[in-house]
Amino acid sequence: MNNASLLPLIILLIPLCAAPVLLALPERSAGLRTAINLGAALVKVLLVAWLSWKVSQGVIYDLRWTVLPGLDLNLQADPLAILFIALSAVLWLITTVYAVGYLEKGPHRARFFGFFSLCVAATVGIALAGNLFTFLLFYEMLTLATYPLVIHYGTAAALRAGRIYLIYTLGGGLVLLLGTLGLWVLAGSTDFVPGGILEGVAEDTPLAAQLLFAVLIIGLGVKAAMVPLHSWLPVAMVAPAPVSALLHAVAVVKAGAFGIIRVVYEVYGIETAQALGLTTALAVLAAITILYGSIRALGQDDIKRRLAWSTVSQVSYIALGVALASPIAAMGALAHLIHQGIMKITLFMVAGNLAEGLGIKQVSRMNGVGLIMPGSMAAFTLAALGMIGLPPLAGFVSKWYLAAGGLDAGQGWVIPLLLGSSLLNAAYFLPMLHRAWFRQPDAAPQDAPVRRPIGWMLAAPPTATAALVLVAGGLANAPFSPLEWTRFIVTLEYSAEAF
Amino acid sequence: MIEMPAIDWLTAVVFAPLAGAILAFLLPRQAHWVGVGAVVLTALMASALVLQVLTEGAVVTPLGNWGAPLGIDLRADGLSATLMAMTTGVGLLVSLGALNSYAHHRAPERMRRYFWPLWLLLLSGLNGVYLSTDLFNLYVMLEVISLAAVGLTVLSGRIEAVRAGLEYMYASILGALLFLLGVGFVYLELGRLDFAGLLAAPPSPALGAALALMVAGLALKTALFPLHVWLPQAHANATAPASALLSALVVKASLYIVLRLAQYLLPLSEVLVALIGLLGVGAILWGSIQALRAERLKLLVAWSTVAQIGLVFVAFARAGADGVAESWKAAALLMLAHAIAKAAMFLAAGRIKEEIGHDRIRELDRSPVRPTLAQLSFALAAISLVGLPPSLGFAGKWILMEGAMTSGYWHWIAVTMIATMLSVAYFSRVLTGFLRFDRQRTTVGEHQGWALADAAPLTLALCALGLGLLAAPILAFMNIGYPFGGAP
Amino acid sequence: MSTGLIFGLTGLGVFVVGLCGALVLVDPLRRVLALKLCSVGAGFMLVVAAWKAPPEAPDPVPHALVITGIVVMISATAVALALIRRLHTLEHEHHD
Repeated sequence: MNNASLLPLIILLIPLCAAPVLLALPERSAGLRTAINLGAALVKVLLVAWLSWKVSQGVIYDLRWTVLPGLDLNLQADPLAILFIALSAVLWLITTVYAVGYLEKGPHRARFFGFFSLCVAATVGIALAGNLFTFLLFYEMLTLATYPLVIHYGTAAALRAGRIYLIYTLGGGLVLLLGTLGLWVLAGSTDFVPGGILEGVAEDTPLAAQLLFAVLIIGLGVKAAMVPLHSWLPVAMVAPAPVSALLHAVAVVKAGAFGIIRVVYEVYGIETAQALGLTTALAVLAAITILYGSIRALGQDDIKRRLAWSTVSQVSYIALGVALASPIAAMGALAHLIHQGIMKITLFMVAGNLAEGLGIKQVSRMNGVGLIMPGSMAAFTLAALGMIGLPPLAGFVSKWYLAAGGLDAGQGWVIPLLLGSSLLNAAYFLPMLHRAWFRQPDAAPQDAPVRRPIGWMLAAPPTATAALVLVAGGLANAPFSPLEWTRFIVTLEYSAEAF
Repeated sequence: MIEMPAIDWLTAVVFAPLAGAILAFLLPRQAHWVGVGAVVLTALMASALVLQVLTEGAVVTPLGNWGAPLGIDLRADGLSATLMAMTTGVGLLVSLGALNSYAHHRAPERMRRYFWPLWLLLLSGLNGVYLSTDLFNLYVMLEVISLAAVGLTVLSGRIEAVRAGLEYMYASILGALLFLLGVGFVYLELGRLDFAGLLAAPPSPALGAALALMVAGLALKTALFPLHVWLPQAHANATAPASALLSALVVKASLYIVLRLAQYLLPLSEVLVALIGLLGVGAILWGSIQALRAERLKLLVAWSTVAQIGLVFVAFARAGADGVAESWKAAALLMLAHAIAKAAMFLAAGRIKEEIGHDRIRELDRSPVRPTLAQLSFALAAISLVGLPPSLGFAGKWILMEGAMTSGYWHWIAVTMIATMLSVAYFSRVLTGFLRFDRQRTTVGEHQGWALADAAPLTLALCALGLGLLAAPILAFMNIGYPFGGAP
Repeated sequence: MSTGLIFGLTGLGVFVVGLCGALVLVDPLRRVLALKLCSVGAGFMLVVAAWKAPPEAPDPVPHALVITGIVVMISATAVALALIRRLHTLEHEHHD
């Protein structure tokens, strides 16, 4: 059943229209700004919930607008879109609360929240894009909207990071444009259709189809920070903590990962991709990224940098699960899209709290912080253990399904890979936890900044997301849990006999 | 029964601004009201003409009922009507900007007095070019445009402007004379100059030489690399509304004539195509490099015009000797996109300079005043010029690259992508400067720089961005009367 | 060699001389004169186009075009000269 109602468009327009208002608001009207921010985020959560309900009832929303002959802008709310849009809606609300607290006295809040809102609008667009052309539009918009956030502090390091970020992501955008054009020329359409649109092309000109895949994956891999296109991500962590949190959890890296999902399932179709040998190549790339990111994370002393390298590794779990070409692994991959988001956002928010409240930015100075900031560190611990994959936390569920999927697809090498990666995760997270809980606090050095008590706006958000980590893992089999929703998606993407 | 003669919009859109120009010159105290009135009137007439083309197809008027080949015909097909609508529309908004910019008591008397007659003369000439159907008429209109454009360049009366204006004058006259020589060749060969007559002519060496001469003259007038030397200084030193008109509208007239020549006279020869493409690439590279090095905002914007004109020529070249219709569409869309976005950008740059007091790029972020709306307009215009979706510039680039990919011309795709990357590089210099970072964490003078004058650049910038969503209907309209299909 | 060809080549030659001058010369006044030479050359071509062996009457259309061309060129020259004078004055003030 297709429905042409404007609901998806309204969800897109909420943050899009909030952005100019927020940009135009004078710096001093903080109350009004917060009200608009929270109001918009809340309304969006409610509307997304409504949309999810309708989609779970089998309704597919489909809105089109012709731009060039044959080329449409298309907003489509299917179950896969809901997965991403729900993540963005919930985390936007939580991050907004956090950001309001974090930047309370900081400069340029009007600009910050304006672009923040624009960034969220781009994420919504990416989720709802019904074809690669529309996806491209919002992909570029995301780049432009995040750039001012990355360089928010305006320091030399921030400007350098911004330049690197812009070169990588706009370059990636251009490559994706090339890929979109190629798809358009080869297939005469850029629509996302379960089962793919390239079956015929793959039979006639397999080489062209393979080349196109490489181009598309390069374009998307930049944002998903796949090795060797990852270098911008660890540099971009100079951004304010709420930005890093959003960048790593929902916005940028996930946009890339989500694009890869769409391309493999709905442009190529899993069977075509498999027949062309593309899934194997993607799986190898993902495996390399997973290991390399974890190994690099080990050596980092800067907390945010360590977390950034961990993101490089963790996001490629999604690509891996997609590439394994097994419905079970696909469930793991899709669930990880959500699970990694809520875990990583928790970690970054706590890292922000450590920096704001205690002036601590290095792992080596984390001694005893658990005793000073027990609430935040408890959330951090939960998320870190989830990342390692301890049952019954969220990360365990995704890793379990990935491993089971690997066996299901006859790809036994996935098991040692996942085990190795989890060991590496433990190797860079456990020392942090050990320092925080089991070591005595250092004597404060003379240049230590003054301790500032953090308000509830900084303390509550990580607690909430940590609770989600527990719930998403513990209640993975409850209806409307991320995992159950992925089962719903996977039944659509895989033909019935594959199950 | 006597039929009511329908109003002839073709004649009206050429002569109304001309009459306005004379009136504005005679009534210097009321010049601005006469000027705006005439532009509004012309815009209304242009809308009527667009409607007429939309409902009836291509429209022809024989002036004084002489008829071709002896008399002068005016003809509006989809392409002409689009460019005419673009000219009057952009012109109207620039006029509103100018109304504000020259209304200040700071502005010298000379500017207030002479801007309007010159601009109206220019408008008359531009509309004349878009509606002309014979070569000699095009030459005359080109000269009218030149005289008005040079006048606008030197309007500020500063020494740099006069020097640049004089260089522009030389280039412009020389370009027109090369064109005239080409016209002479055509008449020698065919004995007629109207488009319909040209269409029937068999190719010959004389016509080839004529085409080469005319294209060379037009390349000089439109500042194709390496004949661009006059442009940056002329566009950078004029006052903001004048720069907007020069960069957005004046260079388009010559580009349009190249389009028409290839349509009616001869398909461009292989050699000419290769040369045009090569020079286009040269323009993209050199213009971008200079834009990267420019220290002043307006100079950067002017150099970016050189690069973007290069891209339009690449679109011409991509059309190749066989004149693939799709590429002409790309060129036309790119011209349209550039006109709207560049007008917005020059007006915005003028506003920024007005508020901040200087336009040194390096020090943009140190000003206590933030002209936010002007900066927003500049940023939106930059998005369209870079060619990010969903802007009009993107639509043009998409068609260009799609055509190139379908025919396997990978080098043109590479060129387009390099042009895009370079434009990001030079515009991001400015855009980063807009994000002001005060290290002292104080909020000084925010939002002081809003003014009614921001309305014009903002509207133009939004159009440059939003019209991309209407690219399909715009293309359909441009195709009325088959300007790209050869046979009328 | 026909009369038409000789006249035509002469016109072209005059144009080329003017062109070289316009590109090479530095003095502003000389450049204007060079451009004038170009216009004479181009006009020549049109007059040649009008020429027909007697007793046939010459084609009046190119004549009309040449006259228009002369008028256009006069106004252009006038503007150029005015600009040169203005520049001269400004440079003079600049140096003082």
